[in-house]
Amino acid sequence: MMVPLSYYLLLSGFLFVCGVIGFLIKRNIITIFMSIELMLNGVNLSFVAFAAQWHVLSGQVFVFFVMVVAAAEAAVGLAIIIAVYRTRETLNVDRVNLLKL
Amino acid sequence: MTPNFYLWLIPILPLAGAAINGFFGRRSSKLAITAVALVFSFAAFFMALLTAWGFSSAQAPYFCNLAHWVRSGTFQVDFSFYLDQLSLVMLLVVTGVGFLIHIYSVGYMWDDDGYYRFMAYLNLFMFFMLTLVLAKNYLVMFIGWEGVGLASYLLIGFWFTKDSAASAGKKAFIVNRIGDFGFLIALFLMIKHFGSLDFAKVFSQVTAWPTETAGVGTLTAIGLLLMVGAAGKSAQIPLYVWLPDAMEGPTPVSALIHAATMVTAGVYMVARSSAIFDRAPMAMTVVAIIGTLTALFAATIGIAQTDIKKVLAYSTVSQLGYMFMACGVGAFSAGIFHLMTHAFFKGLLFLAAGSVIHGVGGEQDMRKMGGLRQYMPVTFATMGIATLAIAGIPPLAGFWSKDEILWKAFNANWVYWLVGVLTALITSFYMFRLMYMTFGGEYRGRRAAQDLKHQPLDAHATHDSHGHDAHGHGEPHESPWVMLGPLVALAVLSLVGGLVGIGGRFEHFLAPVFEGTAGAELARQTAGEAASHTTEYLLMGVSVSVSFLGWLLAYVLYSRRPELPARIAHSLGGLYEAVVHKYYIDELYAALFVKPLIDGSTTILWHGVDQGVIDAAVNDSASAANHVSDAVRHMQSGNLRSYAGWVAAGGAAVIAYMVWMGVR
Repeated sequence: MMVPLSYYLLLSGFLFVCGVIGFLIKRNIITIFMSIELMLNGVNLSFVAFAAQWHVLSGQVFVFFVMVVAAAEAAVGLAIIIAVYRTRETLNVDRVNLLKL
Repeated sequence: MTPNFYLWLIPILPLAGAAINGFFGRRSSKLAITAVALVFSFAAFFMALLTAWGFSSAQAPYFCNLAHWVRSGTFQVDFSFYLDQLSLVMLLVVTGVGFLIHIYSVGYMWDDDGYYRFMAYLNLFMFFMLTLVLAKNYLVMFIGWEGVGLASYLLIGFWFTKDSAASAGKKAFIVNRIGDFGFLIALFLMIKHFGSLDFAKVFSQVTAWPTETAGVGTLTAIGLLLMVGAAGKSAQIPLYVWLPDAMEGPTPVSALIHAATMVTAGVYMVARSSAIFDRAPMAMTVVAIIGTLTALFAATIGIAQTDIKKVLAYSTVSQLGYMFMACGVGAFSAGIFHLMTHAFFKGLLFLAAGSVIHGVGGEQDMRKMGGLRQYMPVTFATMGIATLAIAGIPPLAGFWSKDEILWKAFNANWVYWLVGVLTALITSFYMFRLMYMTFGGEYRGRRAAQDLKHQPLDAHATHDSHGHDAHGHGEPHESPWVMLGPLVALAVLSLVGGLVGIGGRFEHFLAPVFEGTAGAELARQTAGEAASHTTEYLLMGVSVSVSFLGWLLAYVLYSRRPELPARIAHSLGGLYEAVVHKYYIDELYAALFVKPLIDGSTTILWHGVDQGVIDAAVNDSASAANHVSDAVRHMQSGNLRSYAGWVAAGGAAVIAYMVWMGVR
């Protein structure tokens, strides 16, 4: 018995929206970062769901690429976060606003 | 066989002098500058003499083509020079008087900081003036015409740090532009109707046209427009106002440009265009009337002036009026004759006035002079000769030329003659008034006060930026010989210069130029009539006696009874005031033209168009960009989460759109 595709997509959309909302309302950079990962994984879920549904491997291959990029991004992002914390002594994004006019 | 005159060398030589002094004069010694200026102006004079020497063996109109200039279809203008009797007379006057004034300037301007500049300008002026008189067509003449205007502007405003001099230069230039405008339009009309600007081509076509006795036609229009140009350059009513102000320039400039040569360019131009004027009697009448009116008008102003140079300036305007009167009645050669003698005696008068100003330490007010006869005998003698000449006392130069004009004017219309004689009376009066006020009586300057301040030794050493015209010294003294030499030379010319006109020899010499004009016909008619000789002698007697009458009046009023003029002035009241203020013409022009122009420019063009439209358009578009970007820049908050919000909103909008499209 297959789980219908629409369930996966609903879960994927739910995860993505959670990520978006978290990104918008959270002030902690770490949390924002995690929200981004959540959005990526929401999208990943829809990729693999479609791949399983249509028996096309390219969707799954794409997910691997996304994971690689996400890992690289996590490395760079965490480095940036540490650098920001060292200079600003805060992780509140609203306080990291030097570019503001 | 016609000898080669190297005509082109004559103008080029002073130009070379001007270029050398202008470019290298700042670093050269004064002696070198003097040498360059004098050598090149003398070389031009020498070439002119050579030309005159070989002239009799030449075929009368002699051409010298230098280069093509304008080639446009059938319309052609070349750089070419032209020599006939008229050009030759002008050539000799310009180079001769010009060279003498160059010598004089060496003494007069020696202590001035801008000595090299002055000499360069003088040479430049010579170049343009010679171009003007040697031109073979109207366009080359126009180059010279504009060029002398430029040189005049530069030299009037020579002491440009003085505000009055700078504005006098501007006034001269602007008033001349009005005249030049008329001249230009006349040239355009010629191009349109004759397809050429060459003297010979235009005149040969003009002579084929009928005389415009009834009504007004093209030739009358051209003539009147040429007269507008001449009135500007030669300071005739209504454009004479610049000349008295031009006295702000150094005195040699007044002598060279504003008495002897440049201001006579208008007379030369009218005489040169005699063929056109001959076919346009109405234009001739206008020339005669303007000349006559100017002669009388300017002479009356001259009576009440107290500035020695202003008297001479108005006298110049008045004498130029005589020349135009002569041209207007068809006596072109008489006009040119007076032009020549006037160049001698008026150049001399100005140079002598400069010598006086130099001698009394820059004072120009005749009320503060007097008694200079014993201090400066040579100046007195030479200026006396010039005064006798301009007053028309025989046998000096002015008598012959003025008498010639009056006689020709009488033949045309006795009204011209009457006004001319009246002018002669006034001329004689104000000139002897000038002499008595300057040289007669006691010295009225501030000698006692000056003696305390200046030791005799440093009198020559002190000088300020105004050069000789303003350096202060105590005792009036005679000028150095470098200045007196030209005075003496010009005095000799003023003495004997008129003799060339005896028995109509001068007229006969110029006759080929004015061949075929009505004036020439008139001369031929009157020449044979024995009866008219009695009239001529009678008129001569009248004009000589009014000259003596003017002298007598001046003697009585300014030597015998010096208290009388003030009483007369007082009894005349308003009339005298009007004359002193030059009939308020400057004020009238200021109210009629200058003020409306400035007000119109200020309110409409400046505040209205420039500030209201052009500046406003630029400023408003700038501030509009400022406002818009100020409103938009708040998107760039620098807040990470607001950026994210925009991205999310955009994404939501795109999704909403796609969904909506999909549903539809």
